[in-house]
Amino acid sequence: MLEFDLQENGLRKLNSALHDQKENSNQTVWKVTNPKGSHSIAVGIDAPIEVNIEGSTGYYCGGMNKQANINVKGSVGPGVAENMMSGKVVIDGDASQYAGATGHGGLLVIKGNASSRCGISMKGINIVVHGNIGHMSAFMAQSGNLVVCGDAGDALGDSLYEAKLFVRGKVKSLGADCEKKEMRPEHLELLEQLLSDAECDAKPEEFTRYGSARKLYNFNIDNSDAY
Amino acid sequence: MNKIGKTKIPHTTPRYSATFSNDINSDIRRAAATGIYDIRGGGAKRKLPTFDDLLFLGASISRYPLEGYREKCETSVTIGTRYAKNPIELDIPITIAGMSFGALSGPAKEALGRGASAAGTSTTTGDGGMTPEERGHSSKLVYQYLPSRYGMNPDDLRKADAIEIVVGQGAKPGGGGMLLGQKISDRVAEMRNLPTGIDQRSACRHPDWTGPDDLEIKILELREITGWKVPIYVKVAGARPYYDTTLAIKAGADAIVLDGMQGGTAATQDVFIEHVGQPTLAIVRPAVQALQDLGMHREVQLILSGGIRNGADVAKALALGADAVAIGSAALIALGDNDPIYEEEYNKLGTTAGAYDDWHEGMDPAGITTQDTELMKRFDPIEGGRRLRNYLKVMTLEAQTIARACGKNHLHNLEPEDLVALTIEAAAMAQVPLAGTDWYPGKPGTSY
Ligand SMILES: Cc1cc2nc3c(=O)[nH]c(=O)nc-3n(C[C@H](O)[C@H](O)[C@H](O)COP(=O)(O)O)c2cc1C
Repeated sequence: MLEFDLQENGLRKLNSALHDQKENSNQTVWKVTNPKGSHSIAVGIDAPIEVNIEGSTGYYCGGMNKQANINVKGSVGPGVAENMMSGKVVIDGDASQYAGATGHGGLLVIKGNASSRCGISMKGINIVVHGNIGHMSAFMAQSGNLVVCGDAGDALGDSLYEAKLFVRGKVKSLGADCEKKEMRPEHLELLEQLLSDAECDAKPEEFTRYGSARKLYNFNIDNSDAY
Repeated sequence: MNKIGKTKIPHTTPRYSATFSNDINSDIRRAAATGIYDIRGGGAKRKLPTFDDLLFLGASISRYPLEGYREKCETSVTIGTRYAKNPIELDIPITIAGMSFGALSGPAKEALGRGASAAGTSTTTGDGGMTPEERGHSSKLVYQYLPSRYGMNPDDLRKADAIEIVVGQGAKPGGGGMLLGQKISDRVAEMRNLPTGIDQRSACRHPDWTGPDDLEIKILELREITGWKVPIYVKVAGARPYYDTTLAIKAGADAIVLDGMQGGTAATQDVFIEHVGQPTLAIVRPAVQALQDLGMHREVQLILSGGIRNGADVAKALALGADAVAIGSAALIALGDNDPIYEEEYNKLGTTAGAYDDWHEGMDPAGITTQDTELMKRFDPIEGGRRLRNYLKVMTLEAQTIARACGKNHLHNLEPEDLVALTIEAAAMAQVPLAGTDWYPGKPGTSY
């Protein structure tokens, strides 16, 4: 394991060292100490390594991640794992706005709560939040799965495309074109897997599924109030 | 009845209303029949103050000209000198603006790459991501980072020669993208991760940042991901050029792309195109002022776009302080868009060559703004690339002709003092004297 003190060595050194990791590196476990809310920690990694961040981070922690497992022993600022492609990012604490925004793949786990716009414009990522999520979450979400073990705020799934949303608790309100959907066996199976990957002991049967009503997919004057 | 006593009352000639013109009435009938606003491509079509309202003075006794073919007039420009390890070096100060794959066909994007590369300049991706055709044929490719983030990924980001964060477009300051179902082919849908055939509305704001402080953090993230190697541009619509330029510089941009309201779009509401934003002529000086106030003129480069058509426009943009220009619509016309050779087919679409702007419908007879495989076949990317190269060369020669006449050995040495304005409006906007006077509205030391 390699230990990296961020305050001492600086962000540029950290990210360039992480980018230099080759597929077959034997230096697979990294510990980052003293993150102190810094932005852009461990962004753009493309190697199957593990990065453990010992504290809370600022914006865009794990942004555009590929392959890596990133664990934050604290809370994260806005845009954690934004545009993630693959790999796994796990947050022990809470996440600020836009968690997992535009993510294409991989798994983002938030063990606390996530703020507004969680999963905005998601494009294939899986997100599991153990707690609650804020308003406007999954806005224009295109694909992937958002699992919320607690409650969801206002306007969940507004202008949703094909992403699947699963909420265990209450939903304050649904956004335009988002509706309750039937939970079929394949959804229960999918949930089972996601919950187990996210180390969450909730039962798939306790969730409700939401998805796109697909009424806004083509312009129609009768839907003009929703535009 | 048409008589007063024995006198017949003569008819006045039929008179159209300037307020309710035929154009306006047809808009009203269209709205009444469909219940939806008109969407079209292109830029503002209304008459606006433009670079045509400016003239160069040329040389005289006080300034002497350079010899046409013997004395050099340099045209190169380097973009990204502020922070990037690898700034972009261009042979000519005319770049190809971002136009999306989706709006344009794959072969059209290839032709833009071929033409730009042959002329020694850069081309730019668009909403929809980077295609191999475009990367492969562009020696310098700018990768757009848009609110939709369609196709955005770190591998393409690292393949780019520069990154352009798009905040706005001149045709629609504050508006998001639009690509209607007819053009969401399987390939386009896959790149954008959307169902085939839907009307795609993309977001108008970035999903993970708002405001100048966030932008600074976003720029830091992109630099960290790309190892501080490539320049980062910020593209804004010409809405509030002084403040937007100031804030983009403060946020750490290497270059500002500023797009006036004549700037083209692939598809936007007509009302948006015609009524929001400012003309290109009006936005250059405030942006240059912002650069100068921060001591960043020529350090952070300014790329101006919106209605640039010929070497005179290029020379005028540079004289007012821009470092380079970008062209969209003009490049498409060079490729063959709106060419009268397809007049019959334009007529069938209810329009005429030169006026065709329903690019969103995907039926382009010239095979450029389409995803229809049959129409696409009409367009030859090699020939298209050659035409674009020729056109870029001509524009450059024209700008050089003017610069030499003004005694300048580099296009960048053109200056506002080389210009006069033909109208009071243009004088005010460009802050150059009205022809025949030493005055422009707002000139320091004058009372109005
Ligand atoms: C067909 C077409 C597609 C465009 N797509 C984009 C785009 O994806 N992203 C963007 O920032 N601007 C886009 N633009 C705007 C251009 O980048 C540029 O701002 C504009 O075309 C410049 O004005 P001009 O057309 O008068 O040269 C597009 C323009 C056209 C004509």
